[in-house]
Amino acid sequence: MNSTFAVPAVALVVVATVLVGAFGLRISRTTSDFYVASRTVGPRLNAAAISGEYLSAASFLGIAGLVLVQGPDMLWYPVGYTAGYLVLLLFVAAPLRRSGAYTLPDFAEARLASQAVRRLAGAFVVGVGWLYLLPQLQGAGLTLTVLTGAPDSLGGLIVAVVVVATVAAGGMRSITFVQAFQYWLKLTALLVPALFLILAWQADGAPRHVFEEPPAFRDQRAVRVDTTLDLLLDRPLTVTVTGTVDGHRHEEAALSLPAGTHRIEQGTRLGFTPGTPVPTAERGSNGGMSTSLAAGREERPLYATYGLILATFLGTMGLPHVVVRFYTSPHGVAARRTTVAVLALIGAFYLLPPVYGALGRIYAPELALTGDAYAAVLLLPDRMIGGLGGDLLGALVAGGAFAAFLSTASGLTMAVAGVLTQDVLPTRGVRHFRLGTGLAMAVPLAASLLVGGLPVADAVGLAFAVSASSFCPLLVLGIWWRRLTPPGAAAGMLVGGGSAFVAVAATMAGLPVTGGLHALLAWPALWSVPLGFLTMILVSLATPGRVPAGTASILARFHLPEELRAAEVKA
Amino acid sequence: MSGFLAGLCIAILPCLAVGFWLGRRTARPQSLGDLGTPVEHATFQTLHTASLAAPPLRAGLTEETARKSAGRLRTLLGTDALCLTDREQLLAWDGVGAHHRTEIMARLAGPLDTGRGEAFPLTCDAPDCPVRWAVLTPLTVDDRVHGALVVCAPRESAVLVRAAGEVARWVSVQLELADLDDSRTRLIEAEIKALRAQISPHFIFNSLAVIASFVRTDPERARELLLEFADFTRYSFRRHGDFTTLADELHAIDHYLALVRARFGDRLSVTLQIAPEVLPVALPFLCLQPLVENAVKHGLEGKADKCHIQITAQDAGAEALVVIEDDGAGMDPALLRRILAGEVSPSGGIGLSNVDDRLRQVYGDDHGLVIETAPGAGMRISARLPKYQPGVHSAARLTPG
Repeated sequence: MNSTFAVPAVALVVVATVLVGAFGLRISRTTSDFYVASRTVGPRLNAAAISGEYLSAASFLGIAGLVLVQGPDMLWYPVGYTAGYLVLLLFVAAPLRRSGAYTLPDFAEARLASQAVRRLAGAFVVGVGWLYLLPQLQGAGLTLTVLTGAPDSLGGLIVAVVVVATVAAGGMRSITFVQAFQYWLKLTALLVPALFLILAWQADGAPRHVFEEPPAFRDQRAVRVDTTLDLLLDRPLTVTVTGTVDGHRHEEAALSLPAGTHRIEQGTRLGFTPGTPVPTAERGSNGGMSTSLAAGREERPLYATYGLILATFLGTMGLPHVVVRFYTSPHGVAARRTTVAVLALIGAFYLLPPVYGALGRIYAPELALTGDAYAAVLLLPDRMIGGLGGDLLGALVAGGAFAAFLSTASGLTMAVAGVLTQDVLPTRGVRHFRLGTGLAMAVPLAASLLVGGLPVADAVGLAFAVSASSFCPLLVLGIWWRRLTPPGAAAGMLVGGGSAFVAVAATMAGLPVTGGLHALLAWPALWSVPLGFLTMILVSLATPGRVPAGTASILARFHLPEELRAAEVKA
Repeated sequence: MSGFLAGLCIAILPCLAVGFWLGRRTARPQSLGDLGTPVEHATFQTLHTASLAAPPLRAGLTEETARKSAGRLRTLLGTDALCLTDREQLLAWDGVGAHHRTEIMARLAGPLDTGRGEAFPLTCDAPDCPVRWAVLTPLTVDDRVHGALVVCAPRESAVLVRAAGEVARWVSVQLELADLDDSRTRLIEAEIKALRAQISPHFIFNSLAVIASFVRTDPERARELLLEFADFTRYSFRRHGDFTTLADELHAIDHYLALVRARFGDRLSVTLQIAPEVLPVALPFLCLQPLVENAVKHGLEGKADKCHIQITAQDAGAEALVVIEDDGAGMDPALLRRILAGEVSPSGGIGLSNVDDRLRQVYGDDHGLVIETAPGAGMRISARLPKYQPGVHSAARLTPG
């Protein structure tokens, strides 16, 4: 990949982010006209900001890679990421705004008047935030490696430093403008190259490839294997090998491999002839952004799909950086309108990554073999168009990818730092907010440097699972059920979210379980969400005396439109 | 392997958290064991138990607080059963023999009337029931009986009667403190209510005079100003809710400044820099307008030439930072400190000290006003408003547009 243009593009995105964050406010609001100055953020701007913050590396790069490697099954990811806002719109958006809560712990306190539940919710916010930050940093590292060949951890370090510096210095003052800007940047960075790619595809005679079939090489192609892997062949394969296969050294030799498993050592070159289907690879360790925890379709039963759907549908409402943005809406109705606009914006965005995935399956099938599938979005412009145009489009995509890392990471860092400052560190204040920011980023950064190579799409999915099993019951029951009690809420969050967390930890630790149990642990949402709901309901029913005193009036405030409430108070 | 490490780290985190919590919970002064004689040790234990029972009772006598404190009180007295009642019902029962509830409630009426405690035997059909006697002690606050503390024991004991009496007196003191807290809150509420109606009489007078001066020369302008005046007074005199939104407060400031500008013309210039994210923040009603009024006063009174006022509202994580700055005469910090402490009364208008008091009351002591000033150097007042604070809800919807 030519980095002549990519590095300036990334630098430009970073600088633009910092500048818009620091000066967007000043340019637009320095006026003595009160009418202009006190205009609230409109639903469309706010929706663009929410979308900008929401569309992370997993969306920008991960989905295309997943579609490339595993085919159309993976389309459930974008569907789930979008549909989460539908659930949010129906059950949560307006009452959450009317509750006046800024963060999820605030909501817990406003609804249940309990410090203990507040602290527990804060702990979960930090946990989910860290789980979600980790893949952002790793994704940044991987992207920079593909672009420039820099060491794995450099990209993550750059994102961490930029985010902490801007957030801690108070540079994210006009955060709504920054995030809205990032959304349009990301959309442009995917849309423009996609149009050119589709034109190139048309010019190529619009080759079609049946999704159900494994991808195949279209022309003569040499693939360099960077990490040792096991090749699983279900039919014999003829390749030209330079390097070590199954312990034997070959030099430009045409080798006919029988069906079965073959070990390809690091640094080996494989030459494939046109029409050869791309063999399935199994890596010794987890790697890359698009390797899912359970690769083959046999290991990913229908259950896993449902687990994924449930986690993404219900997890969105509990993402700390999303909830915070709803506070900006001036009232409940605006919060609803915002959510509708978010659905449109995100829906439009998610049409694009699958296009890259599908084209990648045709034009760059070997990425599935080398474990660089997440790079499909970055590499396709160069591969399909080439020349200066390809380089420029590639640079645009790279800039968009960094915008994705920066926006999601800064939103998450602010949310986590806010909770750390309010509920963990001894006193509030600006200095403690800075300390909180550093802490919020240090833990995932250290984790990403230490562990490396966690599948990005999966890590995000796990964060969604924990959020769905802890915050979804709290929000839905808190808003719609008047008999919820503080002990019930605490128990439900602990049991639901805790069990999802344990399952996540077990999966990441790579516990040697297979089959059904592995699926249960890797996609915990299907059992942990009902478990959370059930615990919350049962414990609440068992402690009827603990229903907070003002519940009726609190629920009335959540559900009555603001004008009605004001009229009621006046009368 | 690296995945394993990641999982391990994540698995260890909750364990650490639980350990930390347990450590904090169990870090009671058990280590006092090496200090002093057994008698002293027992004293420490008793005082510690008593101090643990105190905080819930400070919130008054309710079912929740009674449940939290009953266990601690029972440990303090070392009996089998203890219950707390208010005037109507039994609030919490801790220990064995809960089937005596109705019997005890039946005996409650007498002591509640007379305010005198009594000890009486319990009638029980269960042969192995461990509680046979009950000591009933009323809890009195200001000569009014709020409820009763009932202690049950297997046999009659003068020591228990005495101890129950002492504990009841101690609980009564806590309830008195709760009453005190309550009246303090009511006082502050009354203060806020009193404060709200107080827009400066000078301001009303000056505004009307200005409007009058325009009536002939520029009737259209006079009409506009009159409408601004109407809008401002409607906002100031509104009756519902103690809180408003930053957007509404800014609108009121706009009306106010329109009237002031009519009076001072070009001498006054105002710059605004408002982050739209913080407009929905709820804040105490009329707590920024007095600051602007103060800035106008300081900016224009000290000197003859122009004055510039800058109003900034920034988004700062979970808080909104509001800064009001003027380049006027400034003030001696020592004098300002005395005004804020209430030793000197400021000259007219709603004083800064009042806004400061209300902010501290609503948001806690670290959210008072921060004022930077010196004679001749202008004044810069900043307030940090949390975006969320329990109990703070703006009453009305934001002004549309």
